[in-house]
Parts: sequence; C-alpha cells; structure tokens
Amino acid sequence: MYKHTEESLAVQIKNVTFQYGNQPVLENIDLSIKKGSFLGLVGPNGSGKSTLIKILLGLKKPIEGEVSLFNTPLQKFKKWEKIGYVSQKANSFNTGFPVTVYEVVSMGLYGKVGLLRFLNRKHKQQIYEALQRVGMSDFKDRNIGELSGGQQQRVFIARALVSNPEILILDEPTVGVDSTSVQHFYKLLAQLNQQKNITLILVTHDIGVMTSYVSDVACLNKTLHFHGSSKDFEESDLSSLYGHDVQVITHDHGGAH
Amino acid sequence: MLDSFFKYEFLQNAFFVGLMIGFLAPVLGVFIVVRKLALITDALSHITLTGIAFHLLIAQSIVWLQPVNPLYMGMCFSVAGSLFMEKLRHIYTAYQELAVPIILSSGIGLGVVFISLADGFNNDLFNYLFGSVIAVTRNDLWTIAFVAVAITGLLLFLYKELLFLSFDEEQAKVSGIPGKWINSLFIIMTALVIASSMRIVGILLVSSLMILPVAAAIQLAKSFKQMFLYAVLIGETSVITGLVSAFYLNLAPGGMIVIIALTILLVVLFGRKLAGLPLQTFRKKVQSV
Repeated sequence: MYKHTEESLAVQIKNVTFQYGNQPVLENIDLSIKKGSFLGLVGPNGSGKSTLIKILLGLKKPIEGEVSLFNTPLQKFKKWEKIGYVSQKANSFNTGFPVTVYEVVSMGLYGKVGLLRFLNRKHKQQIYEALQRVGMSDFKDRNIGELSGGQQQRVFIARALVSNPEILILDEPTVGVDSTSVQHFYKLLAQLNQQKNITLILVTHDIGVMTSYVSDVACLNKTLHFHGSSKDFEESDLSSLYGHDVQVITHDHGGAH
Repeated sequence: MLDSFFKYEFLQNAFFVGLMIGFLAPVLGVFIVVRKLALITDALSHITLTGIAFHLLIAQSIVWLQPVNPLYMGMCFSVAGSLFMEKLRHIYTAYQELAVPIILSSGIGLGVVFISLADGFNNDLFNYLFGSVIAVTRNDLWTIAFVAVAITGLLLFLYKELLFLSFDEEQAKVSGIPGKWINSLFIIMTALVIASSMRIVGILLVSSLMILPVAAAIQLAKSFKQMFLYAVLIGETSVITGLVSAFYLNLAPGGMIVIIALTILLVVLFGRKLAGLPLQTFRKKVQSV
C-alpha cells in the first residue's frame, strides 16, 4: 500500500459510511487517490461504486466520514472546474434535445466562466481543442442525438475535459458502447493520464480490458476489499473473483439483507 | 386598420403587449419543453385565474383595491403557486408530474369559490379566460413592458446556466452551477410571463403560446440557439395575425392565436413530410450493446 505525503493526494476519503434508509451501501471506506494515478474502481452491480462517486462530488452526503479534494474538505471545496465528471446517465440523455456537439462541449465551461458572463474567444479555442483531443472536431455542428453511442461518449469526455480538469471521473462510461470503441476509448484515457497528467477515476463492473490500462485498482463491495497497483491486483486471487464470479458476489450480499 | 390603430389607444396597447408576449412566451417555452415541463404552464395559468378572482372578490369590500390592476394579484398567486410546485416536485421526487394536477385542480377549485362568492361570472372574467383585444389597458402595457425587460435581461445572463440545467441537471450542479436558485428563478419568470400573456390569449390558452411554437421549432432547429429563432418567429406571426383577424372578425384573440400557431405546426409537419425529410421523433434511446 501507499505511503505518501498529503500534498500529493487528489482525493482523500476517510471512514465514509452511507445508507439508503436502513440498507447499508458503504461501510467505513478509506481511500486515498494520488495525483496522476489512473484508478479503476471496480465492483459488482449495486456495490456502492456510483454512490461513492456521488459522495465525493458532493451530490450525496455521507452519514459518517469525510472527503477531501486536493486537501480541502468537501464542504469548503469551490474549485469545481478542477473536477471533470462523466456520469453513468450521460449516455441516457434525452436524444431529442436540439443541441449541437459544440454546444454540449461548451457546457463544460459554464461553471468556470461564472454567472452573468459570456464565453469569449479563448473559451471557444478551448472547446475546439477539447473536440480535437477526442477526435470529434468534424462533428461539431451535428446534433448530439444523431451520433453513435461511442461518439456521444467522446463528446461527453470532451465536455469534461474542456475546463482542463485535474481529476476526471468516469462512471461506467462504456455501457452501450461497442467493443472496438471501448478499446479506442481506454487508449484515449491512458493518453490523457500520461500526457496531460490528469488523475483518472474509472468506475466499472467490467475488469477484463481495464486492468491493462489503469495504474491502480480499488475493489468495492460495500466495504473496500482491495486497493493497490493493478499488477498486485492481477496477481491476487481477487482478480479472478471479481472477474468471473461477479454474479455470485452480488447474490451473496443481496441475500444477506 | 392603420387608421384605427392610431385612433384607438386600446389597439396600440393590445398590439405592443402582443409583440412582447409573442417573444417572451415562446422563449421561455423552449426551456419548458426541453425540460419536459409543458404541463406546468397550464397549472400556473389556472392559479393566475385564482389570483384574479381573489382580487375581484376582495375589491368589492376593500375600496382602495378597486383601481388596482388585478394582474398584480394574478402574478402574486402565480409566483406563489410556482414556488409551491417546486416544493412539491422535491417532496414527490419519484412522482414529479403530481405537482401539476395538485396546483391545477386546487387553483381552479379555489378560483371557483372566489368567483361564486363574488356573485358569479361577469364579462370581465370571460375576457381573462379567452383573452381580449379591447381589455388591455395602458397600465397593463407598462407592467408587461417592465416584466419583458427584466425577463429578457435575466434570460440573456442565465442562458448558459439554464441550457446546462435543462440538458443535464446533475452534471450542471457538479460543475458548480447553483441549480436550486436558478430553477426557482426560472419558474418565477415562467409565472410572470403567464400572468402577462393572459390579457391577450386568455388563461385557458396561455400554455398554447408557450408550447405550440416550440413544438414546430423543434422540427426545424439544428442547434439550441436556432430553437429560439424559430420559436419566436412562429410566436410573433401567430400573435400578430391572430390579433388582426380577431379585431376584424370580432373574435376572441386567444382562439385565433392558437389556431394560427396550430396551423403553422401542421404546415411544418406536413412540409417536412412532403420534402421527404424525416420527422424529428422523440423516442427513448434504445441501448445497443
């Protein structure tokens, strides 16, 4: 496990517990994520992955515990432009929404630009750059609903990237995306991580391909079962457990309640 | 027409108010439609009627209220109703559409009680229901002009926040946009525009001026900005043509405005079909794995 100074931490989760009604979802989660790492957060369906992400984004409040982003407690954290987030719901948006790819990507700057202000030429340049980075420049005037799942996903990544975030959080980004696009997608993420030194948190229940791209793995199922380098993860028996017997795990835990 | 226009103040009032609501209603309508809140316009227009009826009732016994424009009370009720509706939508998160019938039926229920207490329907009230060319006063004109300037300014400055909140509320909040109060502000703006439109199109038909032009625009627009362009063009065309024809044929303007807006919508739909263009259909996305 890691020994590091506090300054090098992007995310610090301390002793976080959460429940829906009486149903415990997360118990005593301690998880520190180093700046510049590429973390795969894995676990079966219903293991609390998305809930943990929502807690660290401040969308849900934990019953106990604390979260810090860049060593600032969440309650005091204001620099949300440092965090890029692509939610699980991103690809189940209203496809009839009359909005272009360019407009969608520009949304990523709205929070940073601030109230009562307009986008300027520099912002427009940033939007073009983000589109270029994900290879969607040619589609900028197309309606978002007309694109394929993989293309839409890249547009949402561009939206998350446009404000030059230091952390990029992706919640099940490859659901509904074909396997060639998924490969392409992981390569893009690895590139962002290495070239732009963006801390990446990738939430997924599919660990097959993922382990060859990420630097670290955290296994979550109500409690944190493992956190270490992806190499250690592949050598541990957890890898096979999470890789193949996901259904069994879900069943065991589901049956207990 | 021009002669009478310069001669009669009421025609000028109606025309200018018409121009303003022909702009405001479709612009707000764009956000309302994409947020799938089309029905809240009906709920808010009915609660506006409750306010008007309440004013007419208490003005019978409170003398100083008599010269006051009932529109103000309508606006107050509409704004209060809109805030209550936001509250209900938070309480019944899983049944958000519940808020609409609750406000709509209780608004009408209360309104009917006020109306019967005030000795039933009179011509004035009929005008509020279906709109009127002659009922718009100079005072209405100034009130609505004030509302129009304030709301246009707010929309201009909150455009990007409203777009983001409409497209993806969760994501918008994560990127630091104060969703809660912008949503409240938006619903208050909607309430004010509905109350303002009521003189011309009437309470029962306000929602059509917010929704029909947008329904046609969504078939034509390629971007979100174009939505406003088309919606306003269609809204203004409907209002102006509706007012002129209502004046000459001595009809309720609200009805004419709706008929023209509906005609434009049908022309757009058939036009696309004839031109061999696909209609924009709005199915839920099917997950392709």
